[in-house]
Amino acid sequence: MTFEPADRVDQVPPSGIRRFFELAEEMDDIISLGVGEPDFSTPWSAREAAIASLEQGKTSYTANRGKRELRERIADDVAERYDLDYDPDEEILVTTGASEGVDLAFRALLNPGDQVAVAQPCYVSYKPGVTFAGADVIDVPTRVEDEFKLTREVLEDSGAAEADALIFCYPNNPTGATMTGAELRPVAEFAREHDLLVFADEIYSELSYEHDHTSIATLPGMRERTVVFNGFSKAYAMTGLRLGYALAPPEAITAMNRVHQYTMLSAPTTPQYAAIEALDNCENELREMREQYDRRRQFVLSRFDEMGLDCFTAKGAFYAFPECPWDDADAFAEALLEAEQVAVVPGSAFGVGGDGHLRVSYATGMSDLKTAMDRIESFLADQ
Amino acid sequence: MSNRKDVLAVLRENARQSNADIARQTGLTEPEVERIVDELESEGVVKGYTAIVDWEAVEEGDEPVRATVELNVTLDRETNYIDIAERIAKFPQVKSLRLISGDYDFDMEVEGDSMSEVSHFVSDKIAPIPEITQTVTHYIMESYKEQGVEFGDSNDDDRLSISP
Repeated sequence: MTFEPADRVDQVPPSGIRRFFELAEEMDDIISLGVGEPDFSTPWSAREAAIASLEQGKTSYTANRGKRELRERIADDVAERYDLDYDPDEEILVTTGASEGVDLAFRALLNPGDQVAVAQPCYVSYKPGVTFAGADVIDVPTRVEDEFKLTREVLEDSGAAEADALIFCYPNNPTGATMTGAELRPVAEFAREHDLLVFADEIYSELSYEHDHTSIATLPGMRERTVVFNGFSKAYAMTGLRLGYALAPPEAITAMNRVHQYTMLSAPTTPQYAAIEALDNCENELREMREQYDRRRQFVLSRFDEMGLDCFTAKGAFYAFPECPWDDADAFAEALLEAEQVAVVPGSAFGVGGDGHLRVSYATGMSDLKTAMDRIESFLADQ
Repeated sequence: MSNRKDVLAVLRENARQSNADIARQTGLTEPEVERIVDELESEGVVKGYTAIVDWEAVEEGDEPVRATVELNVTLDRETNYIDIAERIAKFPQVKSLRLISGDYDFDMEVEGDSMSEVSHFVSDKIAPIPEITQTVTHYIMESYKEQGVEFGDSNDDDRLSISP
């Protein structure tokens, strides 16, 4: 008897960014534009609320679904921001990061052999999550000419009509693409026509710079077939506190909670106190962070334009997704790292459709961002 | 108006940037930024630009002595707060002067090369002003945060260099 990974684990390739991470970690003094999390710290009052809860000894489990007080605040918050109406008792599940929510939805709602259309490029965990759940992936590559929005055409071309479920994320990691309500409408129609469940990862919903975020669950006939994932990581710079939530009709939340109660029991307690405070009192910090990201976004896009690097106008999250001037984006990223000590991530790490692009994160202070842009410019000039 | 607000927000974050970099962050053109900055300066909206210095990090001997001074004043028919303030604000040693609510009237920040210089300034120049009834001087011993910038080195980026 020896340890061999189970087949469904063995099927999943190691993360595409791993090799690049190891290269970057070996070097000193790099400027990394390869980071998928905010450079800000959690607003102090939220941190202080977490500290206070520890001082008071609030270190036991919470309800499986999360503290009721937090679920109420979440219900109020999503109602106010996105017009989403969910019952805190039946329709909200607090999870250990939005990532847990996605995994729970796959495991609780998919059967082996089910097919999941995965809009890509996307966050690295969706495809492995589908595989771990015993279901199969249908690749749906979005296209640069559509500014990486999900369209009816790419859904049809990729055979998503045969799928049982569809997962996508807007504002998008890694492209920075966003979708308006009008642009989501054909996607919603497609999902209704072909009776797809929809998994909408909206973790970057607060970071949409040119239009308000629309949740697909607000479109006609969509609430009953959609699970919305969101959380505190990106908006409130709480990535390491691992706290997210899922919104869905009672039958979906009940099924997800059945997995959650046995595997996780409850999301970590301390961050739940931070989250309540974040929702109650951190609107100013949220706005300030958003304004800073937006300035950096415009700065980076301007610099790319000036240096002749093709890049569509990314309108959300904290990523730009320029076209790589070399055919081999992996080689380009590696050469850039070695020559100029600037790390970016090749788009191929984020699935199909990302080839030939680079993910450039602007979750980095302005002065580093300026230096990094100067270095990229000089690297391009040397070629 | 919102262009002015945008430029002001960028300047308040870091005033030491080229017009080109301000333009890139605000979606304005460089000439537009130049015009707006000129307007802000000439209209007196932006009064100046200054460095935020952590004096603890400066070589010994260069650190100025700083104090905040509480001032109580009496007013009469001919003299109001502005009259007194204008008189006090003219001294170059006075770095800031604010009328505040509460137990005293003015909050004055003074800077000098030594404690005796600051004390003499307060006793010789400020206290004798007829409307001043009381002064209380508090010397600044250590500064932890100035103009929104926290001192100390707690801001190290400990994120993974690459993450999904």
